Amino acid sequence: MSAELPAGRSTGWWGMVLFVTTEATLFACLLGSYFYLRFQNGPQWPPDGIANPALLRPLLMTAVLVPSSLPMIWAERGLRRGRLWRVRAGMATSMLLGLTFLGLQATEYAELLTEFTLTTNAYGSLFYVITGFHGLHVLIGATMIGWVLTATRGGLDARRHDRVRNVAIYWHFVDIVWLGILFTVYLSPWL
Amino acid sequence: MDTPAAGADPTDRERLAENWTERPSLRSWLTTVDHKRIGRRYLVTAGFFFALAGISALLMRTQLANPGSDLLSPQQYNQLFTMHGTAMIFLFATPMLFGFGNFLVPLMIGSRDMAFPRLNAFGYWVFLFAGLFMWASLPFGAAPNGGWFAYVPLTSVQDSPGLHLDVYTLGLLFLGISTTAGAINFIVTALKMRAPGMSLNRMPLFVWAIVATAFMVIFALPALNVDNAMLFLDRRFGAGFFDPAAGGNVLLWQHLFWIFGHPDVYIIVMPGLGIVSAVLPAFTRRGVVGYPLVVLAIVAIAIISFGVWAHHMFAVGLPQVSYGFFSAASSIITIPSGIQIFAWLATMLLGRLVLRTPLLFVIGFIVTFVLGGVTGAMFALTAFDQQVTDSYFVVAHFHYVLVGGALFPILAGIYYWLPKITGRMYAERLGRWAFWLVFIGMHVTFFPMHLYGLFGMPRRVYTYPAGLDWDGWNLVSTVGAYVLAVGLLLVLVGVVHAVRRGRPAPPDPWGGDTLEWSTDSPPPAYNFPVIPRVHSLHPTWDARTAESTGPGATADRILSAGRRTPLTSELDGRYERPVEMPEASGKPLVLALTLLVLFTALLFAWYPVAAAAVAVVAGTVAGWLWPGRRAEART
Repeated sequence: MSAELPAGRSTGWWGMVLFVTTEATLFACLLGSYFYLRFQNGPQWPPDGIANPALLRPLLMTAVLVPSSLPMIWAERGLRRGRLWRVRAGMATSMLLGLTFLGLQATEYAELLTEFTLTTNAYGSLFYVITGFHGLHVLIGATMIGWVLTATRGGLDARRHDRVRNVAIYWHFVDIVWLGILFTVYLSPWL
Repeated sequence: MDTPAAGADPTDRERLAENWTERPSLRSWLTTVDHKRIGRRYLVTAGFFFALAGISALLMRTQLANPGSDLLSPQQYNQLFTMHGTAMIFLFATPMLFGFGNFLVPLMIGSRDMAFPRLNAFGYWVFLFAGLFMWASLPFGAAPNGGWFAYVPLTSVQDSPGLHLDVYTLGLLFLGISTTAGAINFIVTALKMRAPGMSLNRMPLFVWAIVATAFMVIFALPALNVDNAMLFLDRRFGAGFFDPAAGGNVLLWQHLFWIFGHPDVYIIVMPGLGIVSAVLPAFTRRGVVGYPLVVLAIVAIAIISFGVWAHHMFAVGLPQVSYGFFSAASSIITIPSGIQIFAWLATMLLGRLVLRTPLLFVIGFIVTFVLGGVTGAMFALTAFDQQVTDSYFVVAHFHYVLVGGALFPILAGIYYWLPKITGRMYAERLGRWAFWLVFIGMHVTFFPMHLYGLFGMPRRVYTYPAGLDWDGWNLVSTVGAYVLAVGLLLVLVGVVHAVRRGRPAPPDPWGGDTLEWSTDSPPPAYNFPVIPRVHSLHPTWDARTAESTGPGATADRILSAGRRTPLTSELDGRYERPVEMPEASGKPLVLALTLLVLFTALLFAWYPVAAAAVAVVAGTVAGWLWPGRRAEART
């Protein structure tokens, strides 16, 4: 079982980086649309009848999701030294934090859906599409981690290395995008 | 020329053939991952959609030949012009150029395949199914009917009930998967799979153009996807993105659409410019003048094209300050375009011209594209734009740019690479006839549109009254359209004739300068018996490249043990290691079919079926990416 990474960036690494780049552009378009509609809407934002977003829960969600990149980094470093247990423990921790994030988001939706929905107005459409789309990405990331954890049962080699690194890139991307969403959707109405 | 690559001995060649060749069978037809077969499929399928879109155009031109004609109803006319535009842009131009890219990029950079061969196969199947998905709506009278740009509120569910726009939004989202996959594949292939010694500054201009195009796709396509997803949610589930009553804004559609749409003009034209840069050296007997400047121009166009989108919106009432910015940006983009034109003119002036059909089409391209560029510069002036916007002057302008900038280079490329793709030569006289008919037909069709556009004829009208100075010129356009159609038919006849009767093509019939000419016509399944070593910008004109594949070629470039090709470093093309390429697989087809089921289920609101399809997609992807043991077994 070889734990050494071969020289040079792999094609898989580049493929994932480019995929994440195009996905990041997608989020940029969504957040740009948010600001466009907000500034076309006049001074009252969110529109009448909708309170400014509560901050406690989204900050808690941030505190859960953003640090989840750390065990992932720890796992990746373990990967370079061929320590499979670190890969497993680190990635499992990240997945757990991601699922906690999704749980918090579900409780948030349960409350907010009684106040406004996707169809209430453009604000509602923006809120649920942006946060929902990000939540979907967290779910996909968690699924990918679960899949890699299963796939590393056979140990590590160059092919599995690549997969661990690619999932890590995707996970960091999902975390960083959340910061943009936190600022846009939750913090900016308070500014 | 000698047999290329004498360096691989007969045993090596046998092993390579054994590892790479696919036995002809239905199974291999459905599971192939060979970039050459996939590239050919792209070309044929895009050609088929081109024919459908062309027939739509002929029907429209026939309707418009005389005032007050009632050949088509307004509803039919709306669907025809929408499908014509949508198909020409999304189902013909981009996929056709991706087809050339698929066939040629690995051959031009001296690789045995694309970076992700199975993703490549998947991209083709998705393109095919998405195209059929959209065209299938036409016989049912349910085709998109809001123009290829689908402006809200005309396309809102109130103003356009029925499936029309759902076919559009879902079809383009579906197709977007293919385009994105293709773009990622091109970039990674060009970065990692170049033959040893091919540093970035020795990469052929065509490959540069494809890479720049792919980067534009990466950054532009998401805007279209977001736009379409929002429109679908608005129409189907009552979201409020584009609904003013709910605080939405109709201009959001136009902003997002043109943030995609303007780069898309260059996504379509750029590979065409790359084809021109590839064809010229062979027919002028010298390299394109100013290679570094042309590369810089390609990169500059790719960047500036993102800063000009609002010049499509000068008439919608934007803040005054934005007119200045977008007007300036639209004028500036003419500079890098001009640099390329002057580089080609200099190449022709300094070289010895060999006037064959591909070069004729290149000259036709320069004439037409420059005319389109001139009217483009006129549109950059806000005041002029506001006068002629939504008139036939616009139609004339963009057909000069797109027919000139994409169709002519595509036809040049077809004649130029036909010997490489099919292994057969085309008939020169037939080619020249086709060129003159296409060239004359094109100008007779579209030049008068400038005139009746200036006389005030609006675009997208299904008929018009007599006595407005429009009728005679419209008849001229219609006659031109039929001449153009006959010319294009002759191209098809020429291709079929070459495949059936053409004399066998030598490896390098033109004396081209890029690596695809250093291997057999058509290339063997493994492309190159020995991966060449590149020493200059024009490898096939360089004796050292030929020597590098001769006797004594090292084992790390023959790589006959397994399905292998070398990886090299991104910037300077240093040899890194061999990689094992995947074998044929049925998963790409299964995945694309499942996505077809998913999008069809969404179209007809069968949500449980859609949910089941998502589950199958997830399972197929998981199985696809599962790390196999094949690589280890052969090491």
